[in-house]
Amino acid sequence: MIESRLKKVLTMGRFAVTAECGPPKGADPEVVRKKGSLLKGFVDSVNVTDNQTGVVRLSSLASCAILRREGLDPVLQMVTRDRNRIALQSDVLGASALGIRNILCLSGDHQGLGNQPEAKGVFDLDSVQLLKVVREMRDKGIVLGGDALSSVPDLFIGAVENPFGDPMSYRAARLAKKVRAGAEFVQTQCVYNLPRFKAFMTEVTDKGLDKKVAVLAGITPLKSVRMAEYMAKSVAGIDVPEEVIDRLKGVPAGQQRAEGIRIAVETIEALKGIKGVRGVHIMAIEWEEAVPELVEKAGLLPRPEG
Amino acid sequence: MISAERKPFEEIKASISRYKKVLIVGCGTCVAECAAGGEKEVALLASQLRIDASREGSKIEFKEMTLDRQCVYEFIDQVTPVADKYDVILSLGCGAGVQAMAEVLPKVHIVPALNTTAIAETREAGVWLEDCRGCGDCKLDSFADICPITRCAKGLFNGPCGGSKEGRCEADPDSPCAWQLILTRLEETGRLASLDEIYPPANWAKQQGKGPRKIVREDQRA
Repeated sequence: MIESRLKKVLTMGRFAVTAECGPPKGADPEVVRKKGSLLKGFVDSVNVTDNQTGVVRLSSLASCAILRREGLDPVLQMVTRDRNRIALQSDVLGASALGIRNILCLSGDHQGLGNQPEAKGVFDLDSVQLLKVVREMRDKGIVLGGDALSSVPDLFIGAVENPFGDPMSYRAARLAKKVRAGAEFVQTQCVYNLPRFKAFMTEVTDKGLDKKVAVLAGITPLKSVRMAEYMAKSVAGIDVPEEVIDRLKGVPAGQQRAEGIRIAVETIEALKGIKGVRGVHIMAIEWEEAVPELVEKAGLLPRPEG
Repeated sequence: MISAERKPFEEIKASISRYKKVLIVGCGTCVAECAAGGEKEVALLASQLRIDASREGSKIEFKEMTLDRQCVYEFIDQVTPVADKYDVILSLGCGAGVQAMAEVLPKVHIVPALNTTAIAETREAGVWLEDCRGCGDCKLDSFADICPITRCAKGLFNGPCGGSKEGRCEADPDSPCAWQLILTRLEETGRLASLDEIYPPANWAKQQGKGPRKIVREDQRA
C-alpha cells in the first residue's frame, strides 16, 4: 500500500522538508524525472505546481504520476482557477488512483497574470470550499451534493497561507478557517521577514492551530539582488525586507547565490526554533539544484526512511 | 443600471459600410445615464458619421431616434412604422435593447454600436463601477453589502486570497481588494464573527440555468 511519506514524517514528529518542482512548458517527461532525481533523498515530498502564475505547463497530475513512478512522494497542487467542481473532484479521484497521496488546495494566481490573459477564470469553488470537498470525499465518502463514492480517495490534505498578505490581522483566522474546512498541513508563502512570520505563528499557536495543522514554512533562496528586488516589487503577496536586499547588495554579483543560500540556511535555523513550525517547504524557483546544498547546510540530512 | 461603452468609431463605421440609409436608435434609460447611448450620444455619433461620410464623398442618410427604453416592446413600436425606410438600424441600446428590437423587427438588420459591460453604479461623474453579476441568488447580506462574485477578481466566497496587498488586488492593483472592503465593513458594523462561517459553493444553476433565465409572473400578465 502506498502511503504519504509527508504524513509519516510529520506523524513521527520529525521536521519535514518538502520542495517545489515546476513542470516544463513542454511535453518531455524527462524534465520532470530529472528535477525529481535532483531532489530524491534530500526531501520528503515534492510539490508540483499547477500552471503556476497562469502559464501553461505540463499538467500537475501527470507530473505527479511521473514522480510517483520514480519513487518520490508527490504533492499534487490543485488550483480552482481552471476547473469546475466536476473536473476537480474527478481529478482528486484520479490522483488517488495514480498513487498520489498528498494534495494542496489553492485558488491559484489570477489568469490575467499569465500567458492566457483572455482565459475564462473558473473559480467555481474557492480554496476553502475545495478543502472541504476533498475532506468529505475522503472521510465521508461523498461528492459535493451528497452522492456516495464507490471507494474513497486516500489523500493527505494541505492548504497554503500567506502570513505576509493583507489584511494581516485576518491571516491566522483564515488559516483557522482552512483547518476547519479540512487542511491537515499548510505551506506558507516564502519567509524573508522573520519578525512578521513570528507574529503570525504566535497568533497560530494562541488559537491552538498548531495542534491541528502542521505548518511548513516557505523558503525561496534568492539568486541575486535583481531577483530579490523583483520579488519585493512585482510578486503578489511577497515581503522581502530592505535589509535582506541590502545584504545581497553587500556581496559581489558572483557570490550572491552563495549569500542567498546562507540567508536561507539561517532562516531555516531560526524557523526550527519557532513554536508550531513542523517543517519547511523549499521553493527554489527554476533552481532545484540548490535544494540538496540548502538541505545539507541547514542540517536536515539524512531524511527519514520512507 | 446596465453600463455600456460605445464601440470604436472605425468598428461602427465598418459594421454599417454596406448601407446607405441608417436609422440610429438610442435608449433613454441606463445607457443614457452612463453617457453611452442616450439622445446626446446618438446625436454625437450621427454627426461624426455624417462628417465622415461627407469627407469621403459617400451619400449616406442618417436618421436619429431615441426610445425611452429600448428593451420594452411598447417603446420599440415607435420604430416599427419607419423601420422599412432604412437599410439598417444602428442601436445604441444595451444587449437587451438590440435583441428586443430584433425580436420585434424580424426582417431588419440591427447592428450594435455599444459594448454592454455590466450592472453598475454611478460612482462619480464619468465613473461607473460594476457591482452585480446577476447571479440570481443574492448573498450581499453575508458579505457586508460588497459582492465577492463581482468585486473580487477570483469571486472568492472565503477570501481574501494571498495576493491582497495594502488593500489592493493582485490581479489589478488599481482596484481595491474586495475582501479588504468586506472585512473593514464587517468590522465597522460589528459583524466580524460572521467570517468564521465557511460559505458553501454557489449554486451557479441560478445564474447559468439551462439557457437564458426567464421570469414569468402570472399576476403581471395581461
